[in-house]
Amino acid sequence: MKAEYNFIANIIEKNSTVLDVGCDDGTLMEFLRKNKNVNIRGIEISKEKVQICIAKGLTVIEGNAELDLKQFPKNSFDYVVLGQTLQAFINPEIVIKELLRVGKKAIVTIPNFGNWKVRLDLLFKGTMPITSSLPHEWYNTPNIHMCTIKDFVRFSETINFKIVKSLALINKNISNISKSNIFLKNLFGELGIFLIENK
Amino acid sequence: MNIRENIKKLIIEKPLRLDCGKTISKFPLAYETYGKLNENKDNAILVFHALTGDQFVTGVNPITKKDGWWSYAVGPKKSIDTDKYFVICANVIGGCMGSFGPSHENPETKKIYGTDFPVITINDMVNAQVNLLDFFNIKKLFSVVGGSMGGMQVLQFVSNFPDKAKTAVPIACTSSHSAQNIAFNELGRQAITADHNWMDGKYNSKSTLPDKGLAVARMAAHITYLSKKGLQEKFGRNLQERDDLKFGFDADFQIESYLRYQGSVFVDRFDANSYLYITRAMDYFDLVKQFDGNLSNAFKKTKTKFFIMSFTSDWLYPTQENKDIVIALNAIGANVGFVEIESDKGHDSFLLEVPDFLNALKNFLDKSYIEGNNES
Repeated sequence: MKAEYNFIANIIEKNSTVLDVGCDDGTLMEFLRKNKNVNIRGIEISKEKVQICIAKGLTVIEGNAELDLKQFPKNSFDYVVLGQTLQAFINPEIVIKELLRVGKKAIVTIPNFGNWKVRLDLLFKGTMPITSSLPHEWYNTPNIHMCTIKDFVRFSETINFKIVKSLALINKNISNISKSNIFLKNLFGELGIFLIENK
Repeated sequence: MNIRENIKKLIIEKPLRLDCGKTISKFPLAYETYGKLNENKDNAILVFHALTGDQFVTGVNPITKKDGWWSYAVGPKKSIDTDKYFVICANVIGGCMGSFGPSHENPETKKIYGTDFPVITINDMVNAQVNLLDFFNIKKLFSVVGGSMGGMQVLQFVSNFPDKAKTAVPIACTSSHSAQNIAFNELGRQAITADHNWMDGKYNSKSTLPDKGLAVARMAAHITYLSKKGLQEKFGRNLQERDDLKFGFDADFQIESYLRYQGSVFVDRFDANSYLYITRAMDYFDLVKQFDGNLSNAFKKTKTKFFIMSFTSDWLYPTQENKDIVIALNAIGANVGFVEIESDKGHDSFLLEVPDFLNALKNFLDKSYIEGNNES
């Protein structure tokens, strides 16, 4: 189970309705169902992963977040979760807008490209960074729109959504991101976790 | 003794008003069951058969002596596990395996109904079959399951009886028969009615059955159940028991021989008029229109948990038509899962050994059954 799942669960209120976009093998869905008694659905692009979810008794539809979120009416869910996949979409702006249309709130996690290891990799090696959370080569990475914690905060201003809560994951510990500490969180944070809603 | 006398039949006394306006009553509904109904009566699954299926889902069909049409999916330890579930399947009305159909005698004229039989619909079929629940004293089915026309019946059943099924599995189907589907069905019907033995549906002696027309109908339909890739891989341009082309119209190619065989075995077990009636019922199926253009409204009253499956190579009921049902259900916040199964076997995939499909069906049913038991 990924380190951030506990923190995502802490944000979500009990007995709420949740859509996990890109639910993978359903690990987070199971965790939330068990610990938060949520009514949870998933959407996943990989047939194999959908099959795994079905074998776990989870309600999942095979689909692509960029194309298939539009079938859900406005405010269908209390929360929509998008875990570490925003950077893989062709148009992250449309995806964020769709998340906030389908969900009353959205939880978005991003692998932080501003992390010092990534910066050093590029600075000293002069090659595209490869780390444990970003293991791909530049030519085969699904991550076509990498961003930093700082970029995401600026993104919220550009496309006009509200960040209700922002957390940085550093060495399996969680801490709040604020205006005064964003320089350091952006340097040391491995992952950014954001609770967002429409303005 | 006529072997058909061994078919289990429920005589439905209650009048049933058909969509065509006519009312039928005291009519037979032939059915078969597998497994045991448990004490709580909460383990029953109603399986709906497709166009040319019948109530003999699995095991040896006592009439044709061949394996039941869904032997891969239904049986002990299989996807629909008859050690666990009580499986009921009825021959659709209009059919020819014991249920009220065009080959029955009209009590008024003492003649075979033929085309005097009322035109029936998918709606009529499920309204007839719901009587089986009362007969077995089942308040709520654990599941309704079916592929192709069986899937249409699943959709219609849940729409008509929103409280009567905990789960529903429509497979490789549609909510509205497309122009292409209607076209293929019409081709089959024309083949039958063009056979001079059909005689306006009044054929009734062994010597004058419209077998040729029915065989052609089956051959044409059979092509639509397969995929181009599947056909190419299985037959290619292979020749049938010969080394070279014979420059004639015999079956030179294996695919020709295969289709001819499919046609010839079909006429032994199926009635030409039933084929007309059942294809008509499929063509008339339009759940979208029934709910004024909004399919979501068909399911507004139900809490049934859906699981929908389609197949990549199915061009008769393609993934998009199945997805339209998913979309309609998601639009009203219904509980729906969906997966498109990878298979080269075309529309027929649901009847064949396709492990991803069989596993998904088993996993969905078994997990949902445990879930249901934990809730109650």
